[in-house]
Amino acid sequence: MPIVLVILLAPAAAALLLCLVPQHRPDWARRISVLATGIPLGLALWLVGHYDRAAGGYQYEVFVPWIRSLGIGFHLGVDGMSAVLVLLHALCSVCGVLISYAIKERVKEYYIFYLLLITGVFGVFTSLDLFFFYFFYEMAVIPMYPLIGIWGSDVKEKGVVRFSKEYAAMKLTIYLTVGAVIALLGLLWLYAGSGVNSFDVAALERHFRANPLDAQLQRAIFPLLVLGFGVIAPMWPFHSWSPIGHAAAPSAVSMLHAGVLMKLGSYAIIRLAVGLLPEGAHAWLPWVAGLCLMNIIYGGLVAMAQKDLKLIIGYSSSSHMGYVLLGIACLTPLGLNGAVFLMFAHGLMTALAFALVGHVYDETHTRYLPELGGLAKRLPFIATCGVIAAMASSGLPGFGNFVAELLIILGAWDRYPLQAVLAVLGVVITSVYMLRMVRGVFFGQANEALPHARDAATPFARLPYAILIGALLLVGCWPNPLVRLIDVSSRPFVERMRQPNGMQIAAPPSTRP
Amino acid sequence: MVALLAWTLLLAPLAAAASIPLLGLHRKRLSAALAIGGLFLSFLCAAVLFLQALGGRLTLPLELSVAWISLPDLAIPFGILLDPLSLLMALVVTGVGSAIFLYSTGYMAEDAGYSRYFTLLALFAFSMLTIVLANNWLELFMGWELVGFCSYALIGHWYEKPSAAEAGKKAFMVNRVADFGFMLGILALWAMSSPLAAERTLNYQALQARLPQLVEMGWLAPHALGLVGLLLFCGVLGKSAQMPLHVWLPDAMEGPTPVSALIHAATMVAAGVYMLCRTFWLFEPLPQILAVIAWVGGATAFFSAWLAVVEADLKRILAYSTLSQLGYMVMAVGLGGAVAGMYHLTTHAFFKALLFLAAGSVIHGTRRQNIWELGGLARSMRWTSLAFLVGALALCGFPFLSGFFSKDEILVLAHEHNRALYWLGTVTAGLTAFYIARAWFVAFTGTPSERLHAHESPLVMLGPLALLAGLSIAGGYLGIPAFLGQHEGRLHLDVAAVSLSVVAAGLLLAWLIYARRLISAQEIAARCRWFHQVLLQRYGFDNLYTWYVEQVQQRLFAGACALFERAVIIGFAVNGTARLTQTAGHVLRLCQTGKVQSYALVFFSGIVVFLYLSTRLR
Repeated sequence: MPIVLVILLAPAAAALLLCLVPQHRPDWARRISVLATGIPLGLALWLVGHYDRAAGGYQYEVFVPWIRSLGIGFHLGVDGMSAVLVLLHALCSVCGVLISYAIKERVKEYYIFYLLLITGVFGVFTSLDLFFFYFFYEMAVIPMYPLIGIWGSDVKEKGVVRFSKEYAAMKLTIYLTVGAVIALLGLLWLYAGSGVNSFDVAALERHFRANPLDAQLQRAIFPLLVLGFGVIAPMWPFHSWSPIGHAAAPSAVSMLHAGVLMKLGSYAIIRLAVGLLPEGAHAWLPWVAGLCLMNIIYGGLVAMAQKDLKLIIGYSSSSHMGYVLLGIACLTPLGLNGAVFLMFAHGLMTALAFALVGHVYDETHTRYLPELGGLAKRLPFIATCGVIAAMASSGLPGFGNFVAELLIILGAWDRYPLQAVLAVLGVVITSVYMLRMVRGVFFGQANEALPHARDAATPFARLPYAILIGALLLVGCWPNPLVRLIDVSSRPFVERMRQPNGMQIAAPPSTRP
Repeated sequence: MVALLAWTLLLAPLAAAASIPLLGLHRKRLSAALAIGGLFLSFLCAAVLFLQALGGRLTLPLELSVAWISLPDLAIPFGILLDPLSLLMALVVTGVGSAIFLYSTGYMAEDAGYSRYFTLLALFAFSMLTIVLANNWLELFMGWELVGFCSYALIGHWYEKPSAAEAGKKAFMVNRVADFGFMLGILALWAMSSPLAAERTLNYQALQARLPQLVEMGWLAPHALGLVGLLLFCGVLGKSAQMPLHVWLPDAMEGPTPVSALIHAATMVAAGVYMLCRTFWLFEPLPQILAVIAWVGGATAFFSAWLAVVEADLKRILAYSTLSQLGYMVMAVGLGGAVAGMYHLTTHAFFKALLFLAAGSVIHGTRRQNIWELGGLARSMRWTSLAFLVGALALCGFPFLSGFFSKDEILVLAHEHNRALYWLGTVTAGLTAFYIARAWFVAFTGTPSERLHAHESPLVMLGPLALLAGLSIAGGYLGIPAFLGQHEGRLHLDVAAVSLSVVAAGLLLAWLIYARRLISAQEIAARCRWFHQVLLQRYGFDNLYTWYVEQVQQRLFAGACALFERAVIIGFAVNGTARLTQTAGHVLRLCQTGKVQSYALVFFSGIVVFLYLSTRLR
């Protein structure tokens, strides 16, 4: 059975089905959405469990030729890295749908867009065809516009609007679309330059292994792809759409946005830019390794100065994505393992954080740090989760983030020692703003002016938090299965790049002049 | 069998910590029972292993491990290393811990966060045991961070109190800063452990065997190893609160008193010393690093003892005392006496836990902790006072109590190796006697103020006191140095005589000032006003750090970056591009007039230009 196809189609079919649901039955819309994301979650777990590690490579492939003359086909499949990301997305989308129960207006339309977004992301992670990759990529970006514009909220400071939601939605969409167009240019150039008349990623990989693309051409195309996809990653200095977009989006959308949407960029960089253009990667990745420092350190420092909770987490996300980029830039198995692992762990952590902030905002109607305080008394469960999220984010052992950051730093140690050291420093910066936030929101004297906040009291309301925390703890305490699953695909990936005979690239870095 | 015991020893508290939130969050008795049961089970396992080791039925060292991360070029196991050192420390942690857990049921009986408290205590016990039993650096680091988290959460147990919330944050942050160095040290050690990337390791025993070879082969420079040693020592600065990173420990007294006893006196703060002893082979060939360690320890011992002299809060006096005693231990290790340091760690765990629990009993019975508001407790709280007295005497090294032997070991060591540190340590011993006697005379003797209604604490709190008092008395006769592999019986009468007379002088002075009031403390303070002010300002460390955090870090660094973000990236680059596009649109719109005449005009002039050009170019 084509599992991957079911994973991809379940939310898409549900989105169509929702069009038929009457407007006055929001409960149907919710239940259908839970089902439409629950099924992919079950299948994704199965997929991760049953991926054949001994065989490796792309598995669970689906291939339907489409436009033969252009070499476009509907090709799905996962390897160890994308299986992990599919699982991440499945987890985040179930939790996002559950958190979306707080949405009370135009529920049906909301879920339609939300499910389209979910479909798009699944599509990107499973597509093995450049055309469909791009198609699903746009499909994931476009629904953000109505989701933020209609259901979002303004970013206020002391009661004054600092960024309106329309501004945020517009900026995000334009920014990401421009990025996508730049990437598209690169992809088309790649297609034209390859000379095999195929959009198929697997076919291109095979082809390039035997007849590598001209190094000059690789170096020309690579920056287009990294720039285009780097916008969504988000790579400094093209990150400014993201914290504001997070802040203005409804919490369930921020969860997916920071949890998985950003990972589309880093995933695309791994799969397409680095995977297809190894010589370009060797030439340009040191630049990425330099820029990612700005993400890590500068992003962290900006987060430290923010007062809106979502902006803090937004900048924190862009700071942590710097680690992912660093892991990719190392071009070592450990670094790449760490990058994918961090995409997974950070996705869960940041989804958790946005869900929590969403709850606090729904109950108190403010996200402005100086107006909050002492909520632990009234929201013991949320406060506990908040402390957990802060600790996971600051890399406490026991959570997946620790393992991931450790792998990245170990992977970077030989090649980029300065980055490795500053990455360790970034962890210190993270704990500064995370602890400050926890202290400001949950501890201290309760602000009497705040409305009476209610905790997430029922098991159902606690379910999404439990799923996210449980998954973080599981991969943090027992990382071996996940790391090895990633390693199955990432190690050959990196080693292929290093082999001088296979790909006709320059000698390994140690012997370079 | 041994494997089962060892894993139970490590994991029983974790099981307790996991089951309390799942089963007994609203059931006080159950949560306490789970936590105590878990730790007591650990204690039993540790005791059985210890007895087996003593009986020779268990050959040490013994290593067990499971794969935590196993990749072709990275293998990080999660393991247990049993040797005399780890067994002794495990016994101390679980034994003293059990007593303190039990005591907590009385101390925290009325607390709203009872189950949370016990969950965190149990988690702490597991994390601490991870540090103790770890067989590699990374596992040690994981335990190291986890105890830091537990400490953070327990200091901030009464989170509504802003001071408690801030203190927890401060403790975590200071430790994080220290761990920055520590982590770099571990990473560097990993990188140095083998010339082949795939064979790198963090396992203690493998490193111990390999590093000297690598140095001999010339692949590894000794000064690189020295740098690693310094970085690793950064971790000790934070966790064991050595100067200049000691500032968090006094503030940590905001936490419940049993927490102060367990985490901030007996076990966690000693983790740094334990780590130094655990990996002493790494530091042993690095005399310069050892000298740094010794001097940091000596300075901490000396300077913090002075702070205890002017402090009015009973718990903070004990906190400064802990700093000072930790300084002794670190100094001992720096002087090459890992066993002496470990010995003092053990006896200190007994008597300092005793002192803290007695102080907790006082706070429980009077709701006060300023010594000047107390007084005459010896009559109203007899058993508590007796326990405090035993602890105090052990602390100042009264002959034949546990502290006497272990402190003597350290002073003998200093006498042999470094005279300056010897005198520093001896003067500190006098100061120690002075400040603890001051606390005793002011709080426990004399006449109580009329508003003070003291009542003795319940039996569940006095029981642990009695147990720890027994250990504080008998701790010197348990043969601890022998178990760690050092021959005993180095009685140095001259050192003992000097230190005893200094201690006696300290006691006498305190008696004269605070019991008989023959000498006025105010007058002394007025005479040395400058020094007194310096002490009251705690040498200015806190002010300096607050200034750095608020002004430099927050306002300068973060503020500048945020300004750049807002003005340059968002304002100039992004919105500027948007505005440029918009302006371009506005300008180009002027062409789009919709009037046919103007289009015709443009069309016509175009033709004219074209014709003109074509004629000219021909």
